[in-house]
Amino acid sequence: MYLRHGAFSYLPELTDDEIAAQIRYALANDWPISVEYTDDPHPRNVYWDLWGLPLFDLDEPDGAMHEIDECRKAFPNHYVRVLAYDAGLGRQTTALSFIVQRPAEEPGFRLDRTETSGRTQRYALRPYATESPAGARYGSGDDGSP
Amino acid sequence: MSDDTKNGAEPDRWDPGVHSYASMGYYNADYEPKDTDVLAMFRITPQDGVDPIEAAAAVAGESSTATWTVVWTDRLTANEHYQAKCYQVDDVPGRPGEYFAYVAYDVDLFEEGSIANLTSSIIGNVFGFKPLKALRLEDMRIPVAYVKTFQGPAHGIVMEREMLNKYGRPLLGATVKPKLGLSARNYGRVVYEACRGGLDFTKDDENINSQPFMRWRDRFLYSMEGVNKAVADTGELKGHYLNITAATVEEMYERAEFAKELGSVVVMIDLTIGFSAMQSLAYWARRNSVLLHLHRAGHSTYTRQKSHGVSFRVLAKWCRLIGVDHIHAGTVIGKLEGDPATTKGFYDILREDHIPTNPGNGIFFDQDWASMPGVMPVASGGIHAAQMHQLLDLLGEDVILQFGGGTIGHPMGIAAGAEANRVALEVVVKARNEGRNLLKEGPDILRKAAESCRPLQVAIDTWGDITYDYTSTDAPDTAPTASV
Repeated sequence: MYLRHGAFSYLPELTDDEIAAQIRYALANDWPISVEYTDDPHPRNVYWDLWGLPLFDLDEPDGAMHEIDECRKAFPNHYVRVLAYDAGLGRQTTALSFIVQRPAEEPGFRLDRTETSGRTQRYALRPYATESPAGARYGSGDDGSP
Repeated sequence: MSDDTKNGAEPDRWDPGVHSYASMGYYNADYEPKDTDVLAMFRITPQDGVDPIEAAAAVAGESSTATWTVVWTDRLTANEHYQAKCYQVDDVPGRPGEYFAYVAYDVDLFEEGSIANLTSSIIGNVFGFKPLKALRLEDMRIPVAYVKTFQGPAHGIVMEREMLNKYGRPLLGATVKPKLGLSARNYGRVVYEACRGGLDFTKDDENINSQPFMRWRDRFLYSMEGVNKAVADTGELKGHYLNITAATVEEMYERAEFAKELGSVVVMIDLTIGFSAMQSLAYWARRNSVLLHLHRAGHSTYTRQKSHGVSFRVLAKWCRLIGVDHIHAGTVIGKLEGDPATTKGFYDILREDHIPTNPGNGIFFDQDWASMPGVMPVASGGIHAAQMHQLLDLLGEDVILQFGGGTIGHPMGIAAGAEANRVALEVVVKARNEGRNLLKEGPDILRKAAESCRPLQVAIDTWGDITYDYTSTDAPDTAPTASV
């Protein structure tokens, strides 16, 4: 399967130039950038691991691109995403989020059903990857450290 | 309307009999509205020979304390405090015989947190008043003092995005078609295909409740099967607006509880259930962490004609106070009524925290929402993927774009239709962020994306030329009426 997550997951993988263009847009809006990574793609896994603190006060995308690269190097088989945060009154939430790296193979999700009364079912979604412990989920190469 | 002017002199205020409304204090050009007053602006069309100021005063009177004749029991109250006051009457530009009348109501006139009470006053008896040919409530200023007595949206735009974990782009939806007749199993198939293809939401239509061809419980079960399978296929949260509209509020609660039990992130109601039922379900939605979608079924019976009724901008304000999370607010370019400036005004009212007066967009008062969360507007009705650049440019990012026919009618199937819409959406958002001019380059951007997305190419080939180009019925009267 191909994980659909973030604003551009139905487009071809963004090139680094395209990523930089999106970051430039965020910076022009005064949105700080942060980088996060995970090997648990469950859609309710809100808290991916932080790659450092949000990058406040950047003027150009270079600094963010550097952090993305470092994160990719440390976790070559993890999902990595970029987030832009809008601290403006009335929003104060993520303004843009998109994937900048994904594992070479994505095994997808198992849908478990438990039948209850009245033909009602309880659904549980389980990423196949999370059947292995964190850090050992998407092939070798990750050091697994948080 | 009154006999006193025939006699040549105004009688004393408390003399028995019929006086002019203006003379009784319902018109006061010197009145300065207080920050806490509820303000209303009516478009009035007096009967021939009726003085516009007296007609405007009558509207103020009949929507507050007045009856047709003097009653001595008014003297048992602080009467002037409870009287609404018309404080300004203007000619409507380009519409002879019509007038804009501004009326102020003390906040004390209204029960806290009750749209039923507010509307019973403001659009109660007065709309049938004989001396007027027609009457339209164009806009209202809800003072912060009254705003703060309402719950507001059960969750609002920010919380909805955090709940769904989706940022930086409009959301996509589709209404299941045909509206009527599908069995539950077939219905759930449409939900599944549309969601797995790339939509965020699918939707029951307004008249899908619990008919012989498909009972509500079966629809809920099969729709949630479709939703959950699509979530597993994509790794992305999705929902189906389960319409819980029913004959009684008790029955609606039962359907809402079942939707929650099945794990639905959203339920849906129709405007036809009434303001108080809507408000009850908005409270339920907040207590139960379920989004509340409102389908504005029936609104055009009173919002569309500019001489009589209630403008949708007023209805939008009431719905934000009532507390829905989603409301259909027009597409501009689709098959349903929607002048661009007027529609912009609706979207501002739903999404912004402070909306300044802007008669060009039909906004006649400053409106301050005091941080009440925004309502997600829904654009639905006769729109398709080839218009995506225009939709993003006109409607912005915090909006749900719904393509029913434009998804389900796709020649390659429902999932392909959904994919076409999703690819079109993402590519125009990406291009906008890159600083490209959507209105100029949009068609090229979409064509380029279609080179690597066959479903988008087929969508453009099928619907690329479809437009609904009619002059709007409801356009502001301070700017020239535009044809879209």
